[in-house]
Amino acid sequence: MPEAVALSIDQVTKKFGGLVAVDKMSFQLKEHEVLGLIGPNGSGKTTMLNLVSGMLRLTSGRIELLGKNITGRSASGINRRGLSRTFQLVRMLPSMTVAENVAAGGVFGFRRYWNEELERRVNYMLSHVGLGDKAMMPAATLTYIDQKRVELARALMSDPKVLLLDEWLAGLNPTEMKIGINLVSGLRFEGRTIVVVEHHMGAIRSLCDRCIAMNSGAKIAEGKPSDVLSDPEVIRAYLGEDDA
Amino acid sequence: MKRWELYGLLISIFGFTLAALLPLVNTGYALSLGVTIAMYTVLSTSWALFSGPTHYISLATAAFFGLGMYAVGIGIELLSFPVLIGIAAIIGAVLAGFIGLATLRLSGVYFVIFTLGLAELIRQLVTWVQTTMGASSGLYVITDINEKIIYWQLLGLAAFVYLIGWWINRSRLGFALRIIGNDEDVAKHSGIPTATVKVLLFMVSGSIAAATGAIVAPRWTYIEPTLAFSPMLSFLVVIMALIGGSHRLWGPILGVIPFTLVWDLITAKFPNQTALMLGIAFLLVVYAIQRGFAGLGEKYWGKFKFWRDFNA
Repeated sequence: MPEAVALSIDQVTKKFGGLVAVDKMSFQLKEHEVLGLIGPNGSGKTTMLNLVSGMLRLTSGRIELLGKNITGRSASGINRRGLSRTFQLVRMLPSMTVAENVAAGGVFGFRRYWNEELERRVNYMLSHVGLGDKAMMPAATLTYIDQKRVELARALMSDPKVLLLDEWLAGLNPTEMKIGINLVSGLRFEGRTIVVVEHHMGAIRSLCDRCIAMNSGAKIAEGKPSDVLSDPEVIRAYLGEDDA
Repeated sequence: MKRWELYGLLISIFGFTLAALLPLVNTGYALSLGVTIAMYTVLSTSWALFSGPTHYISLATAAFFGLGMYAVGIGIELLSFPVLIGIAAIIGAVLAGFIGLATLRLSGVYFVIFTLGLAELIRQLVTWVQTTMGASSGLYVITDINEKIIYWQLLGLAAFVYLIGWWINRSRLGFALRIIGNDEDVAKHSGIPTATVKVLLFMVSGSIAAATGAIVAPRWTYIEPTLAFSPMLSFLVVIMALIGGSHRLWGPILGVIPFTLVWDLITAKFPNQTALMLGIAFLLVVYAIQRGFAGLGEKYWGKFKFWRDFNA
């Protein structure tokens, strides 16, 4: 039986004045699928994620989450319908502890917890991402990889149907990168539905079922990661006309 | 209930009981000072309910307070005083709702300027209405409500504010406010309807400020816009809350008591130097005690705990 469509993007366009940041993008994400979104800097990947998560309003087009139209919905409304995300630049709640940072994702979202249930869920998520012993630490004092873990745990707290990871592996050193890839691989094996925006091609190859390449706001290639990454147009987009 | 909450409750009950006895001991200067302290305690604490966790600095307190006063000034011949306090609270909540819907998508300095401008606009509007339609520039509030009753009413309202604050801090609403204050985008992407939460809390805060204005109205006998909508009131409330520490429910009162005592002394002895004191107080908050006396106390208590644990 074919998997149901979790996320459907139809002719989505975003203009900032005269600049077309996303140009008639269309794609679908099936349940339990991990989709990679790649492209050079400024190609519109993060803008695409911001449109899906409700951080930005579409200029035109339609987005459906689990068959329901979420076009023009607020970020909070979309989150409550089952979509969570991490941010390109990690965003901690600096005056809160690690446990409170993680708890923030599970009180108002798709699934909601409170009191003992919340405590149990936070403890579970913290140990899941390897932060079990740091629950009471101020979040602002954590290392970069640990802050990334907190953000991931926060996004997973409400057990979302779709997870958007915006350059979650960026800025990690090689050792941290291995830890990070293992963590995201773990999510894949749990059967989560994920959109991964990433520059690390090794991670795209090992994590994604399918991959979409963007350039200048438009889709230039779609398919298996190995096919997309060897596509001449994708290579040209990354390296430029002369070097390709 | 946790142990520290029980201690807090017992200390609060003791404090309120002690404070309630003041009119039985002194009905002169001390009671008058008590009314001022109780008034600013209610205003600063209710201001901090919203502005403390969200960091949205509102300078609209005078607008709510003044409307509460005018509700009593206009209705005192027609309705009973408790009903007027209720009406004032509703007016405050409605006005805060409108301001919230219009401005809470703004943040930072834009919100501050808007709230200050709005309070001034309402003051000018009331002045214009009174001078063009009324016979005088103010209203008389002649009642048999004395300072003793005003004091007890303010004390009751203060207890109500602390109860609401305690409940909010324990609730999902309080948690949502803290998340909003840390990072509004994270809050939105965690499912929090940020605009609704902020408007709701702003309405609570505005409603309490208006009720305070209504309770205090009989104290002044004659109210006029320059007095009721004084921008100085908005600034004083902010500075007292910040000096005390707006991140804690019990923080503002730590600023209200010393500030009111010093302010009272300055206005009596050096009436021309009040602005200077306000300036010094702002500098103190910005440069020395960003988290107020409450933050300072917590810092030293933390050090003390470390020293105590170290020597244990």
